Amino acid sequence: MKILVAVKRVIDYNVQIRVKEDGTGVVTDNVKMSTNPPDDNAIEEAVKIKEAGKATEVVAVTVGEEKAQETVRKALAVGADRGIHVKVDGILEPLAVSKILQKIVDKEQPDLVFMGKQAIDDDCNQTGQMLSALLNWPQATFASKINVKDNKLEVTREIDEGLETIEINVPAIVTCDLRLNEPRYASLPNIMKAKKKPIEEIAASDLGVDVSPRLEQLKVEEPPKRKAGIKVANVAELVQKLKNEAKVI
Amino acid sequence: MAVLLIAEHNNKELRPFTLNAATAASQIDSDVHAVIIGQNSADAAKQLSELPVVKKVLSVEGAHYENFTAENFAPVIVKLAENYSHIVCSANTFGKNLMPRIAAHLDTSQVSDIIKVISQDTFLRPIYAGNAFATIKSNDAKKCVTIRPTSFDPCESTGGSATIEKVDPSEEFSNTKFIKREEIKSDRPELGTARIVVSGGRGMQSGDNFKLITEIADKLGAAIGASRAAVDAGYISNDHQVGQTGKVVVPDLYIAVGISGAIQHLAGMKESKVIVAINKDGEAPIFSVADYGLEADLFEALPQFMEELNKLNTIQK
Repeated sequence: MKILVAVKRVIDYNVQIRVKEDGTGVVTDNVKMSTNPPDDNAIEEAVKIKEAGKATEVVAVTVGEEKAQETVRKALAVGADRGIHVKVDGILEPLAVSKILQKIVDKEQPDLVFMGKQAIDDDCNQTGQMLSALLNWPQATFASKINVKDNKLEVTREIDEGLETIEINVPAIVTCDLRLNEPRYASLPNIMKAKKKPIEEIAASDLGVDVSPRLEQLKVEEPPKRKAGIKVANVAELVQKLKNEAKVI
Repeated sequence: MAVLLIAEHNNKELRPFTLNAATAASQIDSDVHAVIIGQNSADAAKQLSELPVVKKVLSVEGAHYENFTAENFAPVIVKLAENYSHIVCSANTFGKNLMPRIAAHLDTSQVSDIIKVISQDTFLRPIYAGNAFATIKSNDAKKCVTIRPTSFDPCESTGGSATIEKVDPSEEFSNTKFIKREEIKSDRPELGTARIVVSGGRGMQSGDNFKLITEIADKLGAAIGASRAAVDAGYISNDHQVGQTGKVVVPDLYIAVGISGAIQHLAGMKESKVIVAINKDGEAPIFSVADYGLEADLFEALPQFMEELNKLNTIQK
């Protein structure tokens, strides 16, 4: 079984976001960037499946500008076998990314495609489902447990009401939740080894996909700020405030 | 052209967020039709027809719709979409799973998780865990929009009498099979719609200690929430998680206990009307959004809190 894992470069989850004064977006210059956290879970799961002898190859793919390649290199350092970097400048909408990934799937013919359930920058939560629609493959979204059985996967999904288990036939798409596993750290020797692993570069323009934006971002602004609260001295004061001042209990 | 609302239900009755999504749909266009796809879902369809904002109900029945599989739902809606300008549903796990599958088939760029309808083609949505708000204009002919339920009031649930029209089911998608659903049943209010939420974090130190929270929640008629750290540590099940990748809640009162307040958690609760933080670390970021902060050891504060509540003559429910 061959697993393709899609990874995205985003502003690190620990960075306090600053909105640009001109309202065109958020500040990304000199800001720490990392792999989108649930994409790390996707890589980890694929590598674990390979280590368990149930997959033969793990290929990491990213779609983005020059520096997005760092995320593929990181995936290689934690066990992916090779990488693909689809180069494109500017921000792509999930629909465009899923069309590009569809072309990569056509070329690579993987049995499974894994990715994070949502990117923590645009919070869209779309790409996996869209790719699955374009390929007419089954989709197992928000996966917190994956059990590989021959040509089927049993996947536990986190839903609002609790947990749901489905069985999907490969080829299939899985979008990963943060609770799926604990991503490993890359060891120094593995980081060195990863530098020798191949990354194929493909220009998005060579794939014949229309990636032109359908959405216009008219403005990005700071959310309204909460006004500063107070510290109370003890529990009795807290309960009195909630009862008599805020009137919520 | 009218707006098509996708109803969320459990085959017996509508799920509550359908009413919030109906409000959002009616703000896009007053002509709202609603589609309900399920198995033996006639009662839920009737309920849907009684929402005054819904002008027509389309009911699709089939055994393969019993478990709400997106692969089965999408083709039906894609076919219906021909007659509609917008497809709308809630941005909860139901809608998040389903809508992008529809959007891709329609070759439409979806607008996810909107918190405000500015016009028929322009919407406000949070990005970066709510640390920025983006105004987005969609230039697609058909628009697929998911709405953040807590940002829209539920619509009236009675008084309407829309016609219910049967629509033919589409073929079954055979490569996805439903196995089981483990729903956590509780007598407490639903987390997403509760008036009061009491949440615990890593500071709770164990699942057992959550009984300190349960007790207070029962007294207040509150729902129980949790930070991702508490769910990851196994103190409580995933359906309680509040935050960027969990649920968004906007209660009148949110009590955060032993939660440091990572931006990912704040994303799920900082729109609450009144926020209380109880934490022994006075520097914890949760205090920056709290109306009332109590710097204290939760293992002393929670029993005292219970005592003080017991002293009150009346408690709003």
